[in-house]
Amino acid sequence: MKRDAGRPARTTRRAAAPPATVHGTRDLKALQRAMAAAVMRPLTAASRTQRRWIDGRPTAKVVGEFIKPNERLSAFERLEIYNRMYWFRLLDCVYEDCPGLRAVLGERKFRRVAEAYLVRHPSRSFTLRNLCDRLAPFLRAHPRLTAPRAALAYDMARFEWAQVEAFDGPARPPLTAGEIRGVNPTRLRLGVQPYLSLLALNHAVDEFVLAVKTNALRHDASNAPNAGPAGGKPRPLALPRRGRIHVAVHRHQNRLFYKRLEPAGYRLLCALREGKTLARACEIALPKRAAASLVWQQQIRDWFQNWTELGWFFRWRGNSRR
Amino acid sequence: MPANPFNAFTDYGIGIGLRVPHYQHILTKKPVVDWFEIISENFMVDGGRPLQVLDQILEQYRVVQHGVSLYFGSADPLDRAHLKKLKVVVKRTGTPWLSDHLCWGSVDGTYTHDLLPMPYTFAAARRTAEKIRQVRDYLEVPICVENVSSYTEFHVSEMTEWEFLTEVVEQADCGILLDVNNIYVSSRNHGFNPYDYVDGVPHRRVAQMHIAGHTKFEKYVLDTHDHPVIDPVWRLYAHAIRRCGVTATLLEWDDKIPSFEEVHGEALKAHEFMGGARAALRGKTQPAKVGSS
Repeated sequence: MKRDAGRPARTTRRAAAPPATVHGTRDLKALQRAMAAAVMRPLTAASRTQRRWIDGRPTAKVVGEFIKPNERLSAFERLEIYNRMYWFRLLDCVYEDCPGLRAVLGERKFRRVAEAYLVRHPSRSFTLRNLCDRLAPFLRAHPRLTAPRAALAYDMARFEWAQVEAFDGPARPPLTAGEIRGVNPTRLRLGVQPYLSLLALNHAVDEFVLAVKTNALRHDASNAPNAGPAGGKPRPLALPRRGRIHVAVHRHQNRLFYKRLEPAGYRLLCALREGKTLARACEIALPKRAAASLVWQQQIRDWFQNWTELGWFFRWRGNSRR
Repeated sequence: MPANPFNAFTDYGIGIGLRVPHYQHILTKKPVVDWFEIISENFMVDGGRPLQVLDQILEQYRVVQHGVSLYFGSADPLDRAHLKKLKVVVKRTGTPWLSDHLCWGSVDGTYTHDLLPMPYTFAAARRTAEKIRQVRDYLEVPICVENVSSYTEFHVSEMTEWEFLTEVVEQADCGILLDVNNIYVSSRNHGFNPYDYVDGVPHRRVAQMHIAGHTKFEKYVLDTHDHPVIDPVWRLYAHAIRRCGVTATLLEWDDKIPSFEEVHGEALKAHEFMGGARAALRGKTQPAKVGSS
């Protein structure tokens, strides 16, 4: 595993010092720190437990101090069961949440990146749902890991995290078009649903992720013994085009959707999310003199008609999400 | 009538775990199922489809909550934000009891997402029982702790696993979710007699049982929940039911999940053994016939 991905996390950094007895909570914590450090230690390239401990001692000697062997398994082998399960479980989760990033980087590089990420950012949440919440900033901070596709990988990680948030993020009771209509725009502030992510990206990752999912479905559907040539590996996909896009990742009737936005529409929604009044948001987002343009007036009406139908707005009570 | 003081839910019968591949079948076909066990963490979310599905299930079925992340045995203090989210789900489901594992899995706020075995010491039992009581007091719902499958033991242990379980539940005054498959798996991995385990726990505290399949490797057995229940586990279950009385029972099947009918059919095999326990219970409560031995 590459070591250039920042310092390892606190638990694995701490030297294992298991207690000889557990007579109190402090001893219990010391034992649990020692065990956790061993369980979370990265595997070898062959997915086995490393033979050497952080300080160069044999791992067998280190874990033998607190793990009891039996007649069939040494302390090292018993630890290895947990060590492998830890990595397989967490890597599985990253694989599941990031099919697009995996397709961008290829299997081998994706695994190296996922391992480096998990070493630097082990889970700090009770739920695996949040496992990839720091992946995009991590990739931005370590572009060498994903070179030469660092910018694309960063876009993809943001897009895939937005899908997690859209799936089960909080929702506020939506406003209808009727509730907004007629309100003075210099006073009207609208909350934008917290589950909705507004993304400005430099690659068409939305189309690519759809192609990845369709490809995977086609592969699954034909994965029968008599499926013939189509039952092999999923076909390679062309990488996403480079070009500025603006996307809303959201849910409607509890199903996940991506919606392309016009740049001005994106700016307008971002300004509303920041708490600007509708009038001020239009000033920020639209070209000068747009207010006097019938075309723009119609465009804004159409956007608001559509966005309220999708339930994107709620009654403003301060910033719901930065 | 409940079989024991901690088993007021005898009539819950046989349940299965609510799993995503079965959602559509359950919501459209509405099969008859005694109850569903949900993994609490799957529904500790702020919105979206998970809560929609849960509400639809609650309209039709009884639901019991089972957790995987309370980590009663962790030395870390309880996470109040976690408990707060859990209580929201408890209120939503009206779960009659809530279970989680007798294990640890996090330290210094870092989570392994595994059910790691405890060192079986009196100090660890005290700390664990204290946390169980705190959870019960906060959630205001009866708590049951489940024995886990394990693949390692610690030098520092001072007692057997079942003595440790007993020590914890007596101090916490809580129930037991007796996982019969886990007893079997651990007995193979550590070389003890699984019947000694079943005989050694306080039967009056067993409020629920789990049964499941596992995978045998060359040197150890892994708790994979991806197979039907094997005969030795059914026999151990029959023994446990005889000892504890009729007890709410749940089949766990979490990987390589087959059709709903197959999972439910496997779970319903437990009826055969419950029948025996009911008959034994009737025998105990009916007056002995004159002349009978």
